[in-house]
Parts: sequence; structure tokens; C-alpha cells
Amino acid sequence: MKNVIEQLINGLSTGSIYALIALGYTMVYGIARMINFAHGDIIMVGAYALYVGVSLMNLPIAAAILLSIIVCAVLGITVEKVAYKPLRKAPPLAVLITAIGVSFLLQNLALLIFKATPIPFQSVIQVPSVSIGGITISGVTIVTLVMTLISMVILTLFINQTRAGSAMRAVSEDKGAAELMGINVNRTISQTFAIGSVLAAIAGILYICQYQSLRPTLGALPGIKAFVAAVLGGIGNVPGAMLGGIVLGLIESIAKAYISTELSDAIVFGVLVVVLLVRPSGLLGKLKNEKV
Amino acid sequence: MAMLKVTDLKVSYGVIQAIKGISFEVNKGEIVALIGANGAGKTTTLHTVTGLLSAQSGKIEYEGHDITRMPGHKIVALGMAHVPEGRRVFAELTVLENLKMGAYTRKDKTEIEDTLSKVYKRFPRLEERKNQLAGTLSGGEQQMLAMGRALMSKPELILMDEPSMGLSPIYVNEIFDIIQEINHSGTTVLLVEQNAKKALAIADRAYVLETGNIALEGKAEELLANDSVKKAYLGE
Repeated sequence: MKNVIEQLINGLSTGSIYALIALGYTMVYGIARMINFAHGDIIMVGAYALYVGVSLMNLPIAAAILLSIIVCAVLGITVEKVAYKPLRKAPPLAVLITAIGVSFLLQNLALLIFKATPIPFQSVIQVPSVSIGGITISGVTIVTLVMTLISMVILTLFINQTRAGSAMRAVSEDKGAAELMGINVNRTISQTFAIGSVLAAIAGILYICQYQSLRPTLGALPGIKAFVAAVLGGIGNVPGAMLGGIVLGLIESIAKAYISTELSDAIVFGVLVVVLLVRPSGLLGKLKNEKV
Repeated sequence: MAMLKVTDLKVSYGVIQAIKGISFEVNKGEIVALIGANGAGKTTTLHTVTGLLSAQSGKIEYEGHDITRMPGHKIVALGMAHVPEGRRVFAELTVLENLKMGAYTRKDKTEIEDTLSKVYKRFPRLEERKNQLAGTLSGGEQQMLAMGRALMSKPELILMDEPSMGLSPIYVNEIFDIIQEINHSGTTVLLVEQNAKKALAIADRAYVLETGNIALEGKAEELLANDSVKKAYLGE
């Protein structure tokens, strides 16, 4: 029993990171109707930015975290402006291929600057682990869970309670009608990329504190799993991305512990296939008839 | 001086020219109707005026501002609102959130509340359903919401695109009554309608659009009596 609870907590922690990343996929999809395949690489950039801040510039930890978040936000906005905005009216396939291109570009830039050899990285989270009834929870896990919870609460409040959040929901539903309300659609799309990238930076920081090793492709796997989480929860649906991420993390952790480490990814993707067979629009996604 | 003045406007979708050089104007206080068959270019004209489409050539002036190349989201703040064809309310937002979206460009909270109570007074059903998602409203209620949402920006000029489309006859009459009320309370109206009879009945002046050109223009009552209009648009 003790073991099961520990595995569930592990799963919750990995799942939180997936959820943070999945939010970026789902928000960008909701507003720009595109899958930003470069999103995973924003995590990598966030992790490297933290490393540069802490190890190379010797910044205080808080400043290094802030640096990482700002770098990602600016990168997200820039990628949208330079690569995706000119394709606003292009066929979806062109946008998709561009996103994959941006992903390769970011990975190869990192390869060029930081080389292929993995760089060891000491976790910046110095929170002692906690034992409750014989169950030990590491400091990193606690911080991950708390940070994710805080991020999600803030994001939910922002989307549902603020003027900018309502504008975002309006744009994701009908760009033309939103424009008629006086909403600057381009600026709203920029903001969405910025928010998605900030969440990716937070995910990157938490991820690198768990895995403690930097390489240019580190964003690829969590990126693709978070994409799966977003689809699992219902792409375009914000609570869906949160749920999808957590569910995915739990399944992965249980599969690793009790079935097979090698098969865990296969099981995760298998679950996706089954869910999509039963509910093609994801766990919380609504079936919508696309208007022609 | 005309409130809205469109001069030699041309609009094209790729190689297809939808609007082939039209000129029209709307004066303060009027209801002006733009009538014509499906595909004549009515909606294209409205979309170009409010910046959702860009003009190929020509000039659009509103209250002395050249708005031909102005992005859509800046035009609302000048006092022009657009009730789009098919209503296009935000289905996933509540009625109240939709109305607040209409006041997006306004800052003063107490003034917004004031406008909101006026909109509720005009459309009591919207107040009853303020916390309901807009997507759950009936077609007629959605049309009222789309109008209420446009009124939330406190417009001087309101553009309405096919407000009676797809509505039951009872709602159609109600909507036309409301358009007249809105006009009487001081808002100028540019109305696009396929229901030419009803539109001409409430309009001061009208333009008849045929495949991207203005075929006829004049006082609404004159057009109502015009033989070719009768034949083509009034089914008489």
C-alpha cells in the first residue's frame, strides 16, 4: 500500500509537468487552430536558460528562474510573429510543417551553442523531503505539485475572470466577431503564446530539477507526451489539458512500477488510442460540428 | 455631411471581384437599407466597411476619418458597431459575458453598467438569461443578444447584416420593431436585408445591389413603388 501511494505521488508529479506543458498546446490550438510542435523545445530553452543563469552568470536562483521565464515568453512571441503569423491564412499542413521546422531549428541552435554532450545540472530546489506515515515525498516533488497547483489556479482565474481572458475565449471561438468587438486579435494570439511559453518555462525548470541533465533534445519526449495529454483531455479545452496531463502521469507511473518500464510508453499511447476510440474528442472535449 | 461615405469601393476575393466600384452614403439619423439577392455583395460591403475584409480600391470615410485601411478592432472605438450575419454570438460565453465583450473598448465601469441596464430594458429576456451560455439561446434570442452586444459599445452607427434571417415570423416583426426603436433613440442604422419588403418599410433610403454594382437608389417609399424592384425583390 505504501508503495502504491508513493507511485501515485510520483505519477502526480510527472503528470503535473505534462499538464503544464499540455496547457500550452491546448491554449495555442484553441486560439490559433494549430499544433505548435515547437512547444516542447521551449521547455528545453527554459531549462538551458536556467542553467545559464545559475551556472554561467551566477545569478541568484530567483533571478535565474525569472530569466528563464522571460526568455521563454519572448521566444514564444517571436516564434509566433516570425514563423506562424505570416501563415495565418495558409493551409494547416504548411503551419504544421513550419512548427516542426521551428522545433528542429531550436534543437540545432542548442546543439550549436551547448554541444551534444549532456551537461549535469544540480537541482535549484532546496526543499527538504517530507515523511508522512512512512511515505517519503521529495522536496522537488512537493515544489512541483505546489507550483503546478498555483499556476493552474492563476491561469483559471485569468481566463475566466479578467478582460484579457474573456478576450482570449472570444478570439478562440470566433476571430471575426472578436475583431468586431474591438479586440486586437493579433495581440491576443501573441499573449496566448506568451502564457503558453511561461508555463513551458515553469515545466522546464521543474523537469530539469528532477532529471538533472541537459541535452538539446530534452524537450522532445515530455513535449510529445504533453501533446498526447492535451489530446487525451480534449485539445482546445483548458481543464482537459490539466486532467489529461495528470491522468497520463499516473498511468505512466503505475505502468512503470507494476507492469514494465520498457512497456510504459506503449501503455500510455495505448490508453490514448482506446480513449480516442471511445471518445474521439477527448475526455473533456466537446463534439462540435465544424461549420463550413 | 454624410456620417458614412463610401466612394468607388472595389473588393475582390482573389480573382473574383465581388464589389465593382460602389458609392453610397449614410446620413446621421437615417435608416439606410442595402437590399439585393444572395451573392450581390451586401455582406462583403459591410465586412469591408468594418475592416474584416480589405478594400482593393476606393475610399471609406466615417465621421471625417478615412477608415479604408484601418484594422477592424480600431473602428469600433470610433462609434461604429456591426451585428454580423448569422449573429455570431460567443456560444461558450454567458449572455452577460457576451454583452461585456460588446463594451470591450470602453473603460468607464459605471457607464458600462448604465448601458447594460438600458440593453436589459430593451431586451428583458437577456436579463432573465444573463448567466446562461449564449449557445443555449433560441435563434431569436441570439439575434437580440447580437444586437444588445453591439449596443454595448454605445455606437453612433450600427450596421446590421440580415437580422431577420432564419427567424420565425413573430420574431421577424419584433426585430424590425426593435431596429426602429434603436433608430428613434438616436442611432443611425445601415441595414442589409434579403427581406426587402420589411427593410424598405422601415428605411428612409435604400440602395439596390446587383452583382457588385448599385443598380438603383432612392427613397425607400419610391423603391417600394418601383416596378422593377417589385418584380425582382418584392415578389409582386
